[in-house]
Amino acid sequence: MNGDLVIDVKGLTKKFGDKTVVDRFDISVPKGAIYGFLGPNGSGKTTTIRMVCGLLKPDGGSGAVLGLDVLKQSDKIKERVGYMTQRFSLYGDLSIRENLEFVGRLYSLDHLKDRVDASLKSLGLADRARQLAGTLSGGWKQRLALAACMIHEPELLLLDEPTAGVDPKARRDFWDAIRDYSAQGVTTLVSTHYMDEAVQCDRIAFIAYGKKLIDAPTADIPRKVGLFARRIETSALDEATRRLKAAGGFDVLARFGAAIHVAGRDPEAIIAAARSLEDLPDIKIESIDAGLEEAFIYLMTGAQDNFANGLEARVGQ
Amino acid sequence: MISLARIRAVFLKELVQMRRDRPTFAIMIMVPIMQLTLFGFAIDTDPRNMPTAVELRDDGPLTRSFLASLVQSEYFRIVKRVHSLDEGESLLQAGEVSYLIVIPEHFERDFVRGERPQILFAADASDPVAASGPIAAANEIARRAFAPELERLPRRLRGGLPPYEAVIHRQYNPAGETSMNIVPGLLGVILTMTMIMITAIALTREVERGTIEALLSTPVRASEIMIGKTTPYILVGVIQATIVLVAGRLIFHIPFAGEAWPFLLAMVLFIFTNLMLGYLISTVAKTQMQAMQMTFFIFLPSILLSGFMFPFAAMPGWAKAIGEALPITHFLRIVREVMLKGAGFAEIRGDIWPIAVILTMLALASLARFRRTLD
Repeated sequence: MNGDLVIDVKGLTKKFGDKTVVDRFDISVPKGAIYGFLGPNGSGKTTTIRMVCGLLKPDGGSGAVLGLDVLKQSDKIKERVGYMTQRFSLYGDLSIRENLEFVGRLYSLDHLKDRVDASLKSLGLADRARQLAGTLSGGWKQRLALAACMIHEPELLLLDEPTAGVDPKARRDFWDAIRDYSAQGVTTLVSTHYMDEAVQCDRIAFIAYGKKLIDAPTADIPRKVGLFARRIETSALDEATRRLKAAGGFDVLARFGAAIHVAGRDPEAIIAAARSLEDLPDIKIESIDAGLEEAFIYLMTGAQDNFANGLEARVGQ
Repeated sequence: MISLARIRAVFLKELVQMRRDRPTFAIMIMVPIMQLTLFGFAIDTDPRNMPTAVELRDDGPLTRSFLASLVQSEYFRIVKRVHSLDEGESLLQAGEVSYLIVIPEHFERDFVRGERPQILFAADASDPVAASGPIAAANEIARRAFAPELERLPRRLRGGLPPYEAVIHRQYNPAGETSMNIVPGLLGVILTMTMIMITAIALTREVERGTIEALLSTPVRASEIMIGKTTPYILVGVIQATIVLVAGRLIFHIPFAGEAWPFLLAMVLFIFTNLMLGYLISTVAKTQMQAMQMTFFIFLPSILLSGFMFPFAAMPGWAKAIGEALPITHFLRIVREVMLKGAGFAEIRGDIWPIAVILTMLALASLARFRRTLD
């Protein structure tokens, strides 16, 4: 087994009744990486993360997390993993300090008071330590939850949609912290819906309906998806949208402020569609590289329309 | 390996949460006080001035002095004189009177002749608690009323049997209960109700609030959660028991005749067993609502089949079997043995070990039920 891989699992499968939620999922995450999980709701991201940290027992597959058997050594894995749940899962009726102390005790930490003090200080909550966690705002809850799952200095951090419902400033602070941990050698696996979070990841796996559709370095994803794109600016955006829809032949149509991005895997169709707009006022058509966002909208629409298999063939890998 | 540090972590957390949850804590203290007031005062176990009908078929001085004693005792209030047994019976049945007392014809003559005439006490014993006091008093009243007359009787009629016979008919409920049972019994009932309820939501609350996921992602074991979540409430149980015992002593003058230490041991064991029963419920129930419903499912037989409300000895075999499986049945026996009859460890040992067995089985069942995964 590769010593540099913090997560190295193959064929991970989970069924709930008849429904296969995660289907033969392979993933390899090198030490210190920030690895993103993207995909529509209900695509199996949470289930995969729970299997990795031993909260769910896989129905199939094998592999290692932190060099420990993912099927048999979940007790040992739990000691070295920090898991931040999608829903706030600290105790609202305990104070900030009590929550951190509780978690610290569960990991049997030495010098608990010092650690909690240090954690409170780095959180900037030292003078609010006695406040009940339930009274914190969304952003602060998030930071407290992160602090709680970092208190035992885990080597692997699993974050399940950590910044859902958090304002952009708090989100940026949050990601600064994650990158600091990464620089210290902590590996992070994070699921998200947000593009600005996705671009922070070193590598991204796109999951839909329990299957992994793409798994590549973040910078390579647009090229891998292979979209051809045009940026269209005009003072008659609504008319342009109407005509493009009539022309068809593209896969993604998205508005970015005063411009429309139209992208697809068929360059001829995109060029033809763009050409039909040439008589519109103030028209400006530019060739652009399709970005992550177009790639993901493409993948997500494709996943809904084609239900996994067909799309897998189209994307290729 | 079970870690004491992790048990302590869960224990301390529960303690803090219990302290913060003021309403629940207040209920835990209020329940014994409320129950004591209801059962102890509102339901008078030694009722007085019970409405009574009399039928006098013999109206001599002896009869009149007996009637005067009845009234003097304050147990009976004569509201009506009837002229036939049927009339009296129908009053009794309608609930207009609780007692019907019949003095037979030639009572005085037969009394003097030593033929032991029968005085009939018919009681509405549909409420056994209400009926038991006056009935117990009836014989004594009769004895005192006739005492002066007895002095004048020939020697051969004195000593031996009294020269009359008090025939007591407990109608509608032949089995009466004694009143001293109620307050000690309440100790068992209160502990059963509140202790089961408090841990029945122990896990479901974590599930509903979503905290279980983070909890299970830590190295904490099932047994550690179980012990850490049940033991803090032993303290609550002991506080409740203290309230009941002190109030029982000061207000209701219930004696505590037996040994204290074996009793304390049995009580803590019983409290822990109920907490474990609640914990088992919380491993089964999906929501707090379900947990409450299951708690009441346990609570009903605990009241009806444990000997609290109805005498255990009089129940059919299958009901006894259910009763024996309930921790409260054994605890009630212990309470009555120790408090009222002055028992020590040797006498209650036979009811301590069944509680210990039940506790062990509940703990094992909880561990078997509890999943450390979210499957």
